[in-house]
Amino acid sequence: MRWMWIDRVVELVPARKLVAIKNVSLAEEHLHDHFAADPARGLAALPVMPASLVIEGMAQSAGILVGHAEHFKQKVILAKISRAELARDAGPGCTIRHTATIERLDAQGASTRGVIELFDHAHPELGYQPMGTIDLMFSHLDNNQGGAGRSGEAFPEHNFVFGEGFKTLLRTSGVAIPD
Amino acid sequence: MTRDDIFTKVRDVLVDALAVEEEEVTPSASLVGDLGAESIDFLDIVFQLERAFGVKIAQGELFPEGVAQDPKFVKDGMVTAEGLAGLKSRLPHVDFSTFEKDPRVTNVAKVFTVDTLVNFVEKKLAKQPA
Repeated sequence: MRWMWIDRVVELVPARKLVAIKNVSLAEEHLHDHFAADPARGLAALPVMPASLVIEGMAQSAGILVGHAEHFKQKVILAKISRAELARDAGPGCTIRHTATIERLDAQGASTRGVIELFDHAHPELGYQPMGTIDLMFSHLDNNQGGAGRSGEAFPEHNFVFGEGFKTLLRTSGVAIPD
Repeated sequence: MTRDDIFTKVRDVLVDALAVEEEEVTPSASLVGDLGAESIDFLDIVFQLERAFGVKIAQGELFPEGVAQDPKFVKDGMVTAEGLAGLKSRLPHVDFSTFEKDPRVTNVAKVFTVDTLVNFVEKKLAKQPA
């Protein structure tokens, strides 16, 4: 299965909003390297979710929202991280909540806004706390090959973006895939 | 809205979309050459201009679409006379006077300056009902 950085879609308002969660687990190998202990400098290990993968989780959340809006007929490619600000780290045992909303959607692509929140299961009384914001831009690949400054490169006919990994995620989240 | 007001808003859009400094956004600065815009940035700029000025911009209205792929418009890497006429009629906000002297298709992107965007918005707002 493709690297998935969200575990479940918990809410979907077609063409408007998608909410997904990601449970951070110490079983994820990268947490052991990010950051590993550095005895020479007297630093203990600090396992936290890499910011780049939090961004990828938002890209997957927002990408599904944009793809769903067009019945997954478009090849929705992350084209630009317009803004990404993360003020807190997510360690093992925390849940990250991605809320993606569509700001603009047309034939060429979409811009999305994203809010990241953190649930610390050690302090459930706090609920979800703000973690950051991630705004993205997506390109509808097939509609953007002929414009100014574009490569004109050929891409496969089939929709390689929304493969089995995404389909499984949607199915296990109870989201119907439009025909 | 005055031209200066339009420039200020356009500058804010470009500072945000292209992560450049305010001082870099001069009227004659080219979006690609001077401000480092890439293809997806053009879509971002369109989206942000729509939001900043409350207008709707159709695909191909601000920046050209499909010029390089049209054999009538481009021959041997040069924009043809027919292509230039087509570009001028479709993009009245663009100054093609320098481009005409060296109409290589690779030079098309260079004609888009900050002033081009200001011209475009000015014309667009003038067409809107008061």
